Amino acid sequence: MATVTPAKAASRIEDEPGSGGRTTQKSPYPYWFLVPGGLIFAVFFLVPSVMAFYFSLTRWTLFDQEFIGFDNYVQFFREPALASGLWHTVVYAGVTSGLKVVLGMALAVLLTGPIIGRGFLRSVAFFPVLVSTIGVGLTFQVLMHPTKGVINQALDLIGVTGPAWLVDPSWALLSVALVDVWQGVGLATVIYMAGILSIPGEYFEAAKVDGAGAWHRFRHVTLPLAKPATISVIILSLIGGLRKFDLIWAMTKGGPGFTSDVMASVVYKQYQAGFYGLSTAGNVVLFLLVIVLVLPLFWFFNRREETR
Amino acid sequence: MRFGAALLAGALCCLSACSAGSLGSSDDETGGKTAITFLTNNDPANVKVAESVIAAFEAGNTDVDVKLDTRPQGSEGDNLVKTRLATGDMADVFEYNSGSLLQAIAPQTNLTAVTGEAWVADLDPTFKQVVSTGSEVYGSPWGAIVGGGIFYNKPLYTKLNLQVPKTWADFMANNAKIKAAGVAPVEQTYSETWTSQVLVLADYHNVAAANPGWAEKYTNNQAKFATTPQALAGFQRLEELKKAGYWNEDYASAKYNEGLNAVATGKAGHYPMITFGVPALSTAAPDNVDDVGFFALPGDDASKNGVTLWEPSGIYIPKSTEGDKLTAAKKFQAFVASPEGCAANASAAPVGGPFAVKTCTLPDSVAPAVKDLSAYVDAGTTTPALEFLSSIKGPALEQITVEVGSGIRPAADGAKLYDEDVKKQAQQLGLQGW
Repeated sequence: MATVTPAKAASRIEDEPGSGGRTTQKSPYPYWFLVPGGLIFAVFFLVPSVMAFYFSLTRWTLFDQEFIGFDNYVQFFREPALASGLWHTVVYAGVTSGLKVVLGMALAVLLTGPIIGRGFLRSVAFFPVLVSTIGVGLTFQVLMHPTKGVINQALDLIGVTGPAWLVDPSWALLSVALVDVWQGVGLATVIYMAGILSIPGEYFEAAKVDGAGAWHRFRHVTLPLAKPATISVIILSLIGGLRKFDLIWAMTKGGPGFTSDVMASVVYKQYQAGFYGLSTAGNVVLFLLVIVLVLPLFWFFNRREETR
Repeated sequence: MRFGAALLAGALCCLSACSAGSLGSSDDETGGKTAITFLTNNDPANVKVAESVIAAFEAGNTDVDVKLDTRPQGSEGDNLVKTRLATGDMADVFEYNSGSLLQAIAPQTNLTAVTGEAWVADLDPTFKQVVSTGSEVYGSPWGAIVGGGIFYNKPLYTKLNLQVPKTWADFMANNAKIKAAGVAPVEQTYSETWTSQVLVLADYHNVAAANPGWAEKYTNNQAKFATTPQALAGFQRLEELKKAGYWNEDYASAKYNEGLNAVATGKAGHYPMITFGVPALSTAAPDNVDDVGFFALPGDDASKNGVTLWEPSGIYIPKSTEGDKLTAAKKFQAFVASPEGCAANASAAPVGGPFAVKTCTLPDSVAPAVKDLSAYVDAGTTTPALEFLSSIKGPALEQITVEVGSGIRPAADGAKLYDEDVKKQAQQLGLQGW
């Protein structure tokens, strides 16, 4: 019962402002207005991108370059660290975006509810987003030290022996992912809060009158109507997770060994070694990977939204 | 696209022109003095040495004014040097790596050859080789020759009545006794990954002693770490020490300075390290510098015991330095390779090994570890590290040695992975036969 009403109501609301009827009229602005923006776009985005695609086909130093076709790509896919790096990237993106969705939603429900000091708590949740990622990484590197770190000392007090967060091969990647969630969940929360606050209050009241408890109101009103927010959070955090570099580099440098190496850090290491062509090829591969994973997801979500 | 490239090039020129101006290295001659700029890395100890050398040089050459400029260390600094050379914007004199990394900045096209200078005859032959391409010499030495091997705690050796080991078996026997005494036998510091490679890299003397000419075969794709028993041994010994439980407990999170402190204060018996760690010892454990001794990495054969040496970096002049500045820069370069230059160096910071200039002698006050190293050098039982004999060194070695030393990857597997890494480097350098 309760699911039908809000869905119908939502589609009716969407229809109303859209049917104004100024779609037939052509834009009065001349194309000249596009020139400044287009120029900036071409010089700073288009040209470097095309050049990157070209340089990924060469072996270049700062002094000279040699065209070698697809050799860099062949080499990159033979890179021993790549297979594990690719898997780590997917795991990292999956874990961070999954946790951001769940925790972001939970925090948003809490922070839109009737609690004391709501404004203050909202800023507290958002605060980590504002801090420099490198700073966060270095701070947590100290906090997560296996013996001298505050986290394990606190765990010791309650009788738990914490893992060697960043230097234990089976924990390193997960530890970084957890810090990433801590830092990024504020953004997810804000997006969710906007989504939840835009749900008209009468749905909740109607559900209440129908006898729905708190869980049912969340399950059948909040969750479906905050779906656009969920999609934004998933897409944003997935893209962010796939290209994550700064936090991983600041905390583990891909170590111990190669156990927390992701695509971006593999690419950076090639650059550091002076293999510029190879690392450019890696960047192109990363670009394609993000597109291949995110575009279908984007289409899938949007299709579901339109059919409703 | 051509338009874009031109625009980018223009922007780059603008940027480089700005930085040259702000560095103050333009043609401003102050009071009849020729002003030159010297670029070196920003390590605090190194800056101290540079200031001392410049002060000594200016005292003897009142017509030259040397300005000190610093750059980051590591690959960031490498890229800065390469960019400034490529844009013709290099400082008048600069310090940079010798050996395989020097070849990466194309000395023939970018540097002024100094083959005919008088001081070149005084250079240690091995050092001369690593600052040369073909028949041309390009640099004078910055700092000392250092050796790779094992730092050990001398009071602990006396207390447990141990002898300096000449074979791996003796070394392991010492480790067993140290462990029985309740001290960590071997220190490892994987929080700073570069320190993990020392056991493998410093083993090269043993590889070369058993296989003369190995470096050449390795460069020509005819010898591999995984298939040469003595080369594989470096990885296997790393694994062996880990399996025996000989590491310090916090090896995965310890840092370089903690490692130096541990071996100096007797918290650990041994620390595989290169003697450039001696100056750092004086800050990591100022009261215990004299408690640290040094011996070469033991191999299978006691009669072939010897040390692997690392050559100092060089002082070079770019082709963009001309006229009076070139004359002044050459004077500075020559001063660095003179006994006065060495003395100025030694007075600023502890030295980590013998100088690469024959006319320079070590002061009597050097640390015991450096005296131990000098004994090997005087006896002539030395081999330059592989990276000075071959242009290929795989960039991922430090990650691989961390994995082998942490038990994440078996030794044989690690050696094979490193051979792959080396192959990639050789292909990127465009070497024949890969």
